[in-house]
Formats: sequence, structure tokens, C-alpha cells
Amino acid sequence: MSEGMTKTAARNIFFGGTIFFFVIFVSLTVQSHLYIVNESTDTATLTESVARGKRVWEKHSCINCHTIFGEGAYFAPELGKVWIKFGGDEDAEAGAEGLKAWMEAMPTGIEGRRQMPQFNLTDRDHADLAAFFEWISRIDTQNWPPTPDDE
Amino acid sequence: MKYQTQKLAYPYFIAAMGLFVAQVLGGVIAGTIYVFPNFLSELLPFNIIRMIHTNTLIVWLLIGFFGAAYFLLPEETETEIHSPKLAWIQFWMFLLGAAATVVGYLFHIHEGREFLEQPLWFKIDIVIIALMFMYNISMTLYKGKKTAVGIILVTGLWGLTVFFLFAFYNPDNLSLDKMYWWYVIHLWVEGVWELILAAILGFLLIKITGVDREVIEKWLYVIVGLALFSGLLGTGHHYYWIGTPGYWQWLGSIFSALEVFPFLAMVIFSFYVVKKSSRNHPNKAALLWVLGCTVLSFFGAGVWGFMHTLAPINYYSHGTQITASHGHLAFYGAYVMINLAIITYAMPHLRGQQPYNQTLNMWSFWITSSGMCFMTFTLTAAGVLQTHLQRVLGMDFMEVQEQIALFYWMRLGAGIMVVVGVILFVYATFSRGKEEQAIAS
Repeated sequence: MSEGMTKTAARNIFFGGTIFFFVIFVSLTVQSHLYIVNESTDTATLTESVARGKRVWEKHSCINCHTIFGEGAYFAPELGKVWIKFGGDEDAEAGAEGLKAWMEAMPTGIEGRRQMPQFNLTDRDHADLAAFFEWISRIDTQNWPPTPDDE
Repeated sequence: MKYQTQKLAYPYFIAAMGLFVAQVLGGVIAGTIYVFPNFLSELLPFNIIRMIHTNTLIVWLLIGFFGAAYFLLPEETETEIHSPKLAWIQFWMFLLGAAATVVGYLFHIHEGREFLEQPLWFKIDIVIIALMFMYNISMTLYKGKKTAVGIILVTGLWGLTVFFLFAFYNPDNLSLDKMYWWYVIHLWVEGVWELILAAILGFLLIKITGVDREVIEKWLYVIVGLALFSGLLGTGHHYYWIGTPGYWQWLGSIFSALEVFPFLAMVIFSFYVVKKSSRNHPNKAALLWVLGCTVLSFFGAGVWGFMHTLAPINYYSHGTQITASHGHLAFYGAYVMINLAIITYAMPHLRGQQPYNQTLNMWSFWITSSGMCFMTFTLTAAGVLQTHLQRVLGMDFMEVQEQIALFYWMRLGAGIMVVVGVILFVYATFSRGKEEQAIAS
């Protein structure tokens, strides 16, 4: 496939091509960054509470059981639109209460069912986590997942 | 062994194998929780054991890469490693840091982004270690002969170091977080790690087959070129559904589909070179791992990656067991196997051991590889069913999981097989076999 090409030529194509594609990739990243900030996410409502909620999500390593926008472990349900599943989009208070009640009931201890640990969240943690789920539920994910109502 | 400092690889390879055993044991525990959900659920919840499983994998692969660099660079550059002392400091800083981190996980001390769960102090530790290491091997390359193998290896390791810095950027905006998170994850495993893989592969083929370096090195540049030309924009296949623009569905589909080609080239290249070989190298086990690596990385990373990379398909399969099946065979075929190949090749030299238990090593190749393939098939079947039931028919997640429970049983069986193979590998490496043939240096 490369009979006529010298090693030096192959090396130069490798380094030149890599720089070329890397520059394109970085440029598109910049464009995507602006798109995220201006269009697909609602940065105006990214409050302190939402940011704290993300830390709660991280502190308990939720992603190593659940997925969020399809990324994470596949042991427990996708949570990108969990706010909508709990009806938070229609009644925010009920949504937050529902999530809290769910987590406080864990672990169920039922034999043969996957167990979610008890994380002993404070009221403020619960409120922040709900704010986080509410905020991410409004991110434009190109209509993913396919059947959010049943997830 | 021609150079004294190649010995530096020895502790690295031992540590790598130790962590490898820990990693697969962690995997078996995780697989057990899938079929007995109450198993250890209070003591060692699934999220903790999964962190241990993935993090020990990453750490042992890195330790293996470091060891491989110390082993092959002196021979490539025809000079000793710049500072053996630095290599030893780096070794203990990494091993002790990693051990403390994993023990910390048991006490729920961790951060919370997937694969980057290491506490901040260990992330900083990793950067310091990486910079010490890069200084050491860059100086070695600078002083010595600059072969393509050496240049590609050091370029790949620099890329690894630079892209890890994105691990420190964690914006509050989840979409931004995810976009830059892939700068570490994707640009590592589908980018610069492929350079490291290709360099080790090239080195082993030169040594084992005795084929002219000029031929092999030209191929190497073509392979790593294909890897980065496709892999950089191929990052787009992670940018479909995370809040990034819609055009990534086109760009990501096209370029990530092309990611098959570097792996295909590696298969053709390695078999072509072995066919041309005029040398009858006695370390048949190392050659087996080399060829196995190119074949299974082609299937695991190439074919299994392609299977769900096109956006219209990924829309349904994203975040299911399909991803898990691909992840397992890709990591095994590409990065686990290249590490085991260099360890198999280097260990007789490092241990100054002429007779070498190759038969047992080859048994471990077949057992481990069969186990990994079977695991991949069961997870693929589980993932296809899951995709249909959950994403097409709209069934509830947990209901679907009950439907595919049988496959988790089979996956556990496959996992136990892998553990047996891995333990056999370690045993074979440290035991003496019947073969009395001399290992050519």
C-alpha cells in the first residue's frame, strides 16, 4: 500500500495530518462550546443550587451505577430526564418530594432486587440534586433518549 | 539484555500483573452482584466495586506502558535510560498513590466523574509522575538514536500526559463537563494510546521476526496516521446526545467509522511481517500475544465499535450493554494484550531465565481470550435485546434487566474463566517450564 512512499514521507504525512485534524477538532470544540453555552443549555438558570447538586451527584459516585445522557454504568436507570419521569416539569414541588422520598426509601433490601445504597442526604442536598436534575432535563440532547416516558 | 537500565521494567511489570489480578477479581465481584443483587450490597456497593474494576485497569495499563517504555527505549535509542533513580521514585509514587486511592474507594473517598474518580491529590500525583517520566524518556530519546518506534512511543506518551490535564477541568455545566471529559477518555483510548500500542507492536515485530526495520517503521507511520486522522474527529461519536450541535452526528459517524482502518491495517501488517519473517524466534508465546492483540483489537475496537457508532443506530443502542460489550473486548484486545505481549517477551530477559514455561503461557492466552470473547458475545446479546425492549418497545429499565438476566449468568461464567486465565498467566511468568531452548536475546 505504500511501496512508493519513503519512511520520511510517511512520517511527515503523519505529523502534518495530525496537526491538520487536531486544529479542525479544536475549532469545532470552540464552536460547540459556544453552542452549549448559548443554545443547548440554559446558562441563565444555572444557579448555585444546580452546581451544588452536581457536586452531590459526583460525591456519591452516582455515575458508577446510573447513566446520565447514556454515559456511566449500565447497572441502574438512565437519569438524564428523571425530573420529567417524576413529574417535576409539571409540578416542581411534587417532583422534588418524589425524588427525595424515593432515595430515603433506599435500600429496599428486597431479595433479588438491585440495591441502591442509603446516602443520608441532607434536605439541602436533596433540594440541590433536584435542582440539578431539573436543569439538565432541559438540555437539548437532540431528542435522546428515544422513549423518555418509559425510562 | 543489552542495557542495564532495561531492568527498570521489571518492577513495573510485576506491579502491572498484581493490579491486573485485582482488576479481574473486582470484575468477578461486579458480575456476581449482577446475578445476586444483594451480594455485598451494604459493604461494597456496585458503584464502589466498579470504580475499583475500572481504575485498577487504567492504572495497571499505564504501569505496563511505563515498563514497556523503560524496556524498549534503551534498545531503540541504543543508550541507557537517562535517570534510573527518577524511574524508581516514579514507580513508588505511582504504586503507593494508586494503592492508597483504591483503599480510599472502600471508604468512599473519591470524586465522581466516570474513570476520573481519583481524589485530587492523586490526580496531581499522576501529573508529577507523568512529567518525571516524560523528562526521563525524552532525555533518553534526545541523547540516543531516534527510531520511528522511539519517536511514536514518546509522542504517544506526551499526548497521554497533556490530555490528562483536562481531568482538572470540571465545569458546572454538565454538557461542557462531558465535552471536555472526552478529551481525556476518547483522546486517550481512541487516540494517543494507539500510538503507544503501535510502537510496542512495532518493537516486538522487529525483534521477533527480524524483518527489516525500514519496512516496519513505514507501516507504523501509516497506522498511527490512520489512527489519529480518524480518531481525532471520531471523538464526535461521543458528541451526539450530550447537548452538542447536531452536525456531530454526521462528522462523528463518518470519522469514527474510519477508526476501523488502523486496526485492520495492524492485522494485515502483523501477519504480513510474520509471513516474511526469516527468523525462528524461540519465544512463540510472545508472538501469539502479538498476533492475538492485532486480531482481537480489530474485532473489539474496530468491528464492535463500528457496530454501534453510526448516529441513527447509536440513538437506540447508546447507554446499553452494547457499549459494555465493546468496552470489554476493545480494552482487552488492544491494551491488555499488548501489555501481556511485551511482558511475555521481556520477562525471560528480565529474569535472566533461559527455560521458560511457554506452554502454560499459551494456555493462558487461549483461556483468557476465549473467556473475553464469550463475555463479549453474551453482553452483545444482552445489549441487542435491551435496546429493542427498552428503546424500541419502551419497556421499563428494571423489567428489561430481568428479561436479560440469563446473559448475566453467562457473563459471570466467562468472567471466572478470565480470572483462571489471568492467574495462569502470572503463574506461567514466574515458573520454569520444560522447554530447555535458549531464548535468543
